[in-house]
Amino acid sequence: MAFISSGYNPDKPMEDRITDIGPRNFEEFYPPVIKANKGKWLYHEILEPGVLVHVSETGDEVYTVRVGGCRIMTTTHIREICEIAEKHCGGHVRFTTRNNIEFMVDSKEKVAPLKEDLLSRKFSGGSLKFPVGGTGAGLTNIIHTQGWIHCHTPATDASGTVKATMDVLFDDFKRMRLPAHLRISMACCLNMCGAVHCSDIAILGYHRKPPMLDHEYLDKMCEIPLAIAACPTAAVKPAKVELADGRKVNSVAVNHDRCMFCGNCYTMCPSMPLADDVGDGIVLMAGGKVSNRISAPKFSKVVVAFIPNEMPRWPTLTETIQRIVEAYAKDANKYERLGEWAERIGWERFFEKCELEFTHHLIDDFRDPAYYTWRQTSQFKF
Amino acid sequence: MAKKETPLLDQLESGPWPSFVSDLKQEAEVRAKNEKGIEYQIPSDVVDDLLGVLELSYEHGVTHWKHGGIVGVFGYGGGVIGRYCDQPEQFPGVAHFHTLRVNQPSGHFYTTKYLRELCDLWDFRGSGITNMHGSTGDIIFIGTTTPQLEEIFYDLTHKHNQDLGGSGSNLRTPADCIGQARCEYACYDTQSICTALTLEYQDELHRPAFPYKFKFKFDGCPNCCVASIARADMSFIGTWRDEIRIDQEAVQAYIGGELAPNAGAHSGRDWGPFDIQKEVLDLCPTKCMWLEDGKLMINNKECTRCMHCINVMPRALRIGNDRGCSILVGAKAPILDGAQMGSLLVPFIKVEDPYDEIKEVIESIWDWWMEEGKNRERLGELIKRQGFQRLLEETGLKAIPQMVQEPRTNPYIFWKEDEVPGGFTRDINEFRKFHQR
Repeated sequence: MAFISSGYNPDKPMEDRITDIGPRNFEEFYPPVIKANKGKWLYHEILEPGVLVHVSETGDEVYTVRVGGCRIMTTTHIREICEIAEKHCGGHVRFTTRNNIEFMVDSKEKVAPLKEDLLSRKFSGGSLKFPVGGTGAGLTNIIHTQGWIHCHTPATDASGTVKATMDVLFDDFKRMRLPAHLRISMACCLNMCGAVHCSDIAILGYHRKPPMLDHEYLDKMCEIPLAIAACPTAAVKPAKVELADGRKVNSVAVNHDRCMFCGNCYTMCPSMPLADDVGDGIVLMAGGKVSNRISAPKFSKVVVAFIPNEMPRWPTLTETIQRIVEAYAKDANKYERLGEWAERIGWERFFEKCELEFTHHLIDDFRDPAYYTWRQTSQFKF
Repeated sequence: MAKKETPLLDQLESGPWPSFVSDLKQEAEVRAKNEKGIEYQIPSDVVDDLLGVLELSYEHGVTHWKHGGIVGVFGYGGGVIGRYCDQPEQFPGVAHFHTLRVNQPSGHFYTTKYLRELCDLWDFRGSGITNMHGSTGDIIFIGTTTPQLEEIFYDLTHKHNQDLGGSGSNLRTPADCIGQARCEYACYDTQSICTALTLEYQDELHRPAFPYKFKFKFDGCPNCCVASIARADMSFIGTWRDEIRIDQEAVQAYIGGELAPNAGAHSGRDWGPFDIQKEVLDLCPTKCMWLEDGKLMINNKECTRCMHCINVMPRALRIGNDRGCSILVGAKAPILDGAQMGSLLVPFIKVEDPYDEIKEVIESIWDWWMEEGKNRERLGELIKRQGFQRLLEETGLKAIPQMVQEPRTNPYIFWKEDEVPGGFTRDINEFRKFHQR
């Protein structure tokens, strides 16, 4: 493995340096039919799950086949995407905001061979490489975060929980039987890299134990004032600590009663790790949305306070999600998003219909917004 | 070192949904065989070690990645995220495993030629593992060593005309929906403004000078496919201020059942025949639509442009012609003070190159936030701390009822001295002349 230089000279880092050039221009990458019809589209139609047609005022049509993708993707897999796009789509492909892959062709005859090709490809373990679906009143791909594959703060894995959930709900990716579209999102800690706080169903990794304190190293590795300032509940205080060998060091103390396990201190100070095999797990949230359609965008609400990490397939998590989806599919009106359904029937009914236990953990006690979530009316359902 | 067995991860290879484990395994095999004779610049068994460390996390129920690590490329304060394994002896291939964020083309369209070039670079100088794409929208290169960072940046900028994205306390890589490229709902060209502002604010993107992260997202219409309203400090949502265009013949075709409602989105279940009263008129949040002699009528003045009727009858109803966007500010995920949705600041603004009016709003907000924002305080939190009225002062925008859901329910108004005739300075002795102690 000999080092091969790109041409960069470490002794003269500014020599021939190119900076601040930004992304490649999107126009380079448009398929011809997109370039010719941009801004001229008249309407679209979902011909079957995963297959869309967009019709332009010029009479042109573009057919899109949408397939699910893992957001973690190897170059080998990307090359296979390229091979398919070269074979069927003139060397063009795009990705959606939800990690789906879209193959576009300019005539209807090209759809069936493309779809057949996509569905014929499987990984050695048996899973589909390119499942077609993710459109309309169904389930689309789960957006997610890095999890144990690449992050230092997760309370659960991201790719694994997503794979397990999508396997269980796979039929709803391929069909459109739900009252409205269903957006599931996953974030492996409450930093929430992704909009899980506004999803129909949100899988959220969460810690439940206060940080451990690596007193011997804390002052060397961290700026103590920053660690203290990072705590939103003022649970972290400066402290003098005597080590086992009698040395006195500057460190911090954590008031456990005030800790809400957000991990923000750990973000500022690596000597305050929170992760724990028993403490960590999943919070399940439901009823959020980002669209302004009919009702305003909504935050997701916590409906299950804790589900343990059950590697590798998280059966309690996936069974609970399945129960919520089935109750929603059965009971909601056409066009009603999960959160709109829950509000119409009342959250007390939601817990009943989804067979979820309501516990004290689900009543908000965090700052001002909490009050607005309690019930200030005599109207409720028995 | 023999590669670690992965019995737990192997259980994620079955089932219909694409298995990331199978994909990683195929990559490990490709690298081991190296049929192309690539002179890998980082350990060729990097993917085996990644699977190994992930398996270990599945055994232990906790992560094995260390906290951060300050690495980067010269002159930039973002775009690279340092990552180190906490079991480097066991998994030397991923001892250093840094991430690069590569600024995606707006709209996520690609040619295969370009994707293959990126793959070649990443096979040669990195792990061959990516995210297509990260949550903010970047192409993510997962896993390389420190000495490769400058080399990759040099190759990206010199050979591929491609820059890094944002990370840390700076402008994060702006992102957009598909927009007018392939959507009839788009009220402005999301790709054009997304790219233009990304280029305009390269300094803010690469050199952290902000209190915390700052995100722009561009949604072409109120359906919000890029979720800007939930996660962008400044969210640009397409809208219009004239009339929804109606094709009455197509309305009849929906009523007559010749056209499927919602572009066929509900075809997976028998919902019965389409009922325009029940499915459109009754669900309209402002009830501004009615049927008159079989014709669909809309009182556009009362319409709040929620998109429902247009979504249900895309061939009959189209967005208006006088288009632009609304700007909402302050959205963020829960950390620290709880989640915030974007709040409406500018109800309507034209979106036209060179976007000067929009830039004025952006820059006035940045001036304020950079002056007043505390370390790691998002814009939404500053607005809460100092008040929406302060935001109006800083941006020079006039208060209008569109900005609020309802007026305040308390009278605790912070009147300013110049708003009250005679000011605040009074003479207590004058007062006492007529009022005994």
